[in-house]
Amino acid sequence: MDDELLRDFLTESTENLQQLDCDVVALERNPGDRELLRGIFRTVHTIKGTCGFLGLERLEHVAHAAENVLVLLRDGDLAVDAAVIGDVLAALDVIRLVLAGLESTGEEPAGDDTALVAALDRWVAVAEGGEAIAAPEATPDIAPVAAVELAPVPVPNTPVPATPGPDTPAAPIAAAPPAPAPPEPEPAAAPAAADASLRVNVALLDRLMNMVGELVLTRNQLLQAASAAPDAGDAGAAFLAPVQQLNRVTTDLQEAVMKTRMQPVGAAWTKLPRLIRDLAAGTGKALDLEMHGATTELDRQVLQAIQDPLTHMVRNAADHGVEAPAARRAAGKTERGLITLNAYHEGGHVVVEVIDDGAGIDPARVRRKAVERGLASADAVAAMSDAQALRFVFEPGFSTAAAVTSVSGRGVGMDVVKSNIERIGGTVDLTSRLGHGCTVRVRIPLTLAIVPALVVRVGAHAFAVPQVGVVELVRLDGAARGVEEVGGARFLRLRDTLLPLVRLADVLGLAPAPGALPNDRDAADACVEGLVAEGTVVVCQVGAARFGAVVDEVYDTQEIVVKPVGRLVKHLEVFAGCTILGDGQVIMILDPSGLAERGRVADAEAAATAARAALGAAALAADAEPQTTTLLLFDTGAADSPEGAAPRAVPLAMVSRLEEVSRDQLEYADGRWVVQYRDMLLPVVPADPALDVAARDPRPLIVFRDGDRAMGLAVDAIRDIVDTELRLERRSTDPALLGVAVVGGRATEVVDIQYFLRQAREDWFAARPLDILATDGPGAPGAAAPAGPRRVLLVDDSQFFLGLIAPVVRSVGHHVVTSINGAEALERLDREERFDLILSDIDMPQVDGFEFARRTRALERARAESGAGHPPTPMIALTGRSTPVDEARAYDAGFDAFLTKFDRDAVLGALATHLSGVPLGGVPTGGVPAGAAVLEAVA
Amino acid sequence: MIAPAAPIATGDAPAGGDHVTFRVGRQWLGLPVATVQEVLVAQRLAPVPLAPPVVAGFLNLRGQIITAVDLRVALGVVSAGASGDAPAPGAPAPYDVVVRDGDELFALLVDEVGDVLPVAAAEVTAVPATLGAAWRTACGGAVRRTHDVLLVLDLPRLLRAAVDAPAQAA
Repeated sequence: MDDELLRDFLTESTENLQQLDCDVVALERNPGDRELLRGIFRTVHTIKGTCGFLGLERLEHVAHAAENVLVLLRDGDLAVDAAVIGDVLAALDVIRLVLAGLESTGEEPAGDDTALVAALDRWVAVAEGGEAIAAPEATPDIAPVAAVELAPVPVPNTPVPATPGPDTPAAPIAAAPPAPAPPEPEPAAAPAAADASLRVNVALLDRLMNMVGELVLTRNQLLQAASAAPDAGDAGAAFLAPVQQLNRVTTDLQEAVMKTRMQPVGAAWTKLPRLIRDLAAGTGKALDLEMHGATTELDRQVLQAIQDPLTHMVRNAADHGVEAPAARRAAGKTERGLITLNAYHEGGHVVVEVIDDGAGIDPARVRRKAVERGLASADAVAAMSDAQALRFVFEPGFSTAAAVTSVSGRGVGMDVVKSNIERIGGTVDLTSRLGHGCTVRVRIPLTLAIVPALVVRVGAHAFAVPQVGVVELVRLDGAARGVEEVGGARFLRLRDTLLPLVRLADVLGLAPAPGALPNDRDAADACVEGLVAEGTVVVCQVGAARFGAVVDEVYDTQEIVVKPVGRLVKHLEVFAGCTILGDGQVIMILDPSGLAERGRVADAEAAATAARAALGAAALAADAEPQTTTLLLFDTGAADSPEGAAPRAVPLAMVSRLEEVSRDQLEYADGRWVVQYRDMLLPVVPADPALDVAARDPRPLIVFRDGDRAMGLAVDAIRDIVDTELRLERRSTDPALLGVAVVGGRATEVVDIQYFLRQAREDWFAARPLDILATDGPGAPGAAAPAGPRRVLLVDDSQFFLGLIAPVVRSVGHHVVTSINGAEALERLDREERFDLILSDIDMPQVDGFEFARRTRALERARAESGAGHPPTPMIALTGRSTPVDEARAYDAGFDAFLTKFDRDAVLGALATHLSGVPLGGVPTGGVPAGAAVLEAVA
Repeated sequence: MIAPAAPIATGDAPAGGDHVTFRVGRQWLGLPVATVQEVLVAQRLAPVPLAPPVVAGFLNLRGQIITAVDLRVALGVVSAGASGDAPAPGAPAPYDVVVRDGDELFALLVDEVGDVLPVAAAEVTAVPATLGAAWRTACGGAVRRTHDVLLVLDLPRLLRAAVDAPAQAA
């Protein structure tokens, strides 16, 4: 590993020396060229610095002396003349001599440079004013030799033909090591490192790669043709053998050419152990370095681009991350800090992680600092999550180290790392656990490559999916078993996890519904309903998230040549490029991370949490009490008491999305706030009348959506998501509240979202509540309680309404089982699940409410006849539109009551009535007159 | 049909030289021969989902993938209602004119390819101001001929507009 270091140094220095020879000679001809001088100085300085780092004393000694003279020349304290130049060149020669020795033996050849160093030092003395003339007797010893050497030193004289090979120990050097200063400027040792490797123009490599790509495609075509004609007789056989040979050679060639561009990431790590050792010494810390995945290969250009950022990150981890031994002891950790490097492939990218087990980054300090530096307002940082706040670390000039140390913290920080990584199309992420350390994750693309990929079909189109991003394939059977739909998003139940599904046809706008915009998800969903049953799920991994891409068919796997797409489509992040199949067809390569983004998998994941709660609740069916509801807690900012207002809550299942809108997206129109949101105007309603919607930037919004209607509830801050047993302890007189529940030991106001929905759009609920049940009064929840918890089946095809009503029913202590359609509810009843009451929607696809009621009643009659019957279950119809005809049909079908489903109080009243012993089969007391009247009218 | 309105003062109109001419809808257009690499009979196009409307797809030109730009869409010929002798909207254009802009090749889909015409620099005038916005963006000059006006495409500007289009649509 030190060998590697040395080799790099040798290659680099050999080149530098050649350039130096050139420059120094040019300088003599043109003594006034400051720029040239500065360049020479920089190069010698670099060599000197590296020598010191590698512990090469002789080299450092000489280089140091030469550097001193160069400083004087550069600053104009010493005039450029042949004598000075001669001494400098002499020094360069010694440097070259030592390098040659190093290369062949790995050791610095011994030698005495006193005369040379003395000569160089004399120039310093001259400049310092004194002994300009006092030194002539010593100078001739060296300068004349060099001066003679000067003219004939042709620049490319390094490669001497009689070069000993790298394995022949350089005899001349070993034999005559104590060569005094400038005797043989070009000893036998030519830089073998320069011979063993060759610098090739990257453009040439690119061209080579392109041509190999073409060859691979042609090979694929030939293979296809060959396999299509296996019975072509002798001619076919004669044709087959060379094709096979071509196939093999092409594959080898392809690999070899790929290798010319690839290097193990470990090559960029070789300097790090030494760096860590030195840092440990410099900072008094005890540090260990672990490296995993050093063989992960990367494109050479990419590797070079990450080298510096990587070094910087490791330095940061050692300097800022890991604490001093005493502090570690105090924190109960081992004294030795550990820095871990991880590299691995992920979804067509390479991820490099730098992990330390240090103190982590304190988000509070980052926030404070961000405010101090004027990067954000106090309000803004307070509203940020810790993860968001940590991103300030990537702002220019932002360092959280309390003290600037010699190692890092010089104001060049993570912002440079970030911009360097982003320049090559990568991303940087930082996660931190206070007291446990910090992880910086760099994700860089593997550009220009031939990769194995799946070729899939979506509708009439073929696409390639790079295999590195694919975890597994799952075939969907016709019944779409395991596919759940929750909150408008689809999930696949896969080994006890809910995998968000992304329909490629939707995401790519390939589901052309007549009249529907391709990116209108609701419309697309509606028209592809049922289609999800067929096809294959390509399970993709993007970062920590997984999702399933639904395709129609998987053809096969192929080696594809990744070709860049033109600039007109470069902005489409769902594509990683395109490729040409064996038959010449051009297809697009899908980028899983772009797909995830476009398919909004992140949202789907949040929905999955809700889905888990909802589905979990349904699966609990039996008697598993207590039943929990997932609540989204938020603040309204209306702090009217010293300890602040009680948090508010809304059932998460109803929430469509959480958004943040900036102040300039908000518009005030027609007496209300609106925001442009996915091609529609989203009404924004403050969660509290005292809340000034425009006061916070960005403003968090809770978005509710049902079909084409949507509303944004403006809140002060989103606080948490909790699973809790929802029991309202106290009803509220405030129309905006359902009541107060204890959540996590704290009184929490549960919001009646219907109130806000009405504020947003008067027509949210298309009909008015019926008067008949309103007269029943709210039916104090206490009144329902004596009947004890009952099982209530709630049937509605709208997840939104399930989410709206279920908490209301639960809030008075009942157990709720939900069914997403009539058929599923009938299945439950058929399985002899018993319920104390059924609430059902009327308008449902396939089995509507009327049909459901009729069949439920028929089922009950059949059971009664077989002797296994039970009293009929009270059934209450819930409808969004109430017409007298519908109402009559409902009673006719077997419903016991007919309610508008958005009327919370009416629903509670009906529950109280029907679950507290009112004769079954009757109608609610308050409803008799109206219901009877309607019945008569229709009859 | 474009009214050959009185040309406005010759500004920085493109220089003359030989021009490849081709027809889109009923309008004849020209490009300097140096920009045009070759002309092909319509090739198979691979559609690119989500791409801007002017992108008709990708075309495999001897292993090189190039973007096909439908000039009818870019110039608004389709949406403006196809004129009498224009092919039905949606029908593939019969010719591909392969052109180079910077480092990249593009295939322009056109209805007909005409002769290579010498155009004297003095003949090139500014684009008539009466033209629609899409035409004025895409064309850098006009050449009056006996029976009609030949418009000279400004390829870089046409392509830039195509790139900007999705941003506006979003």
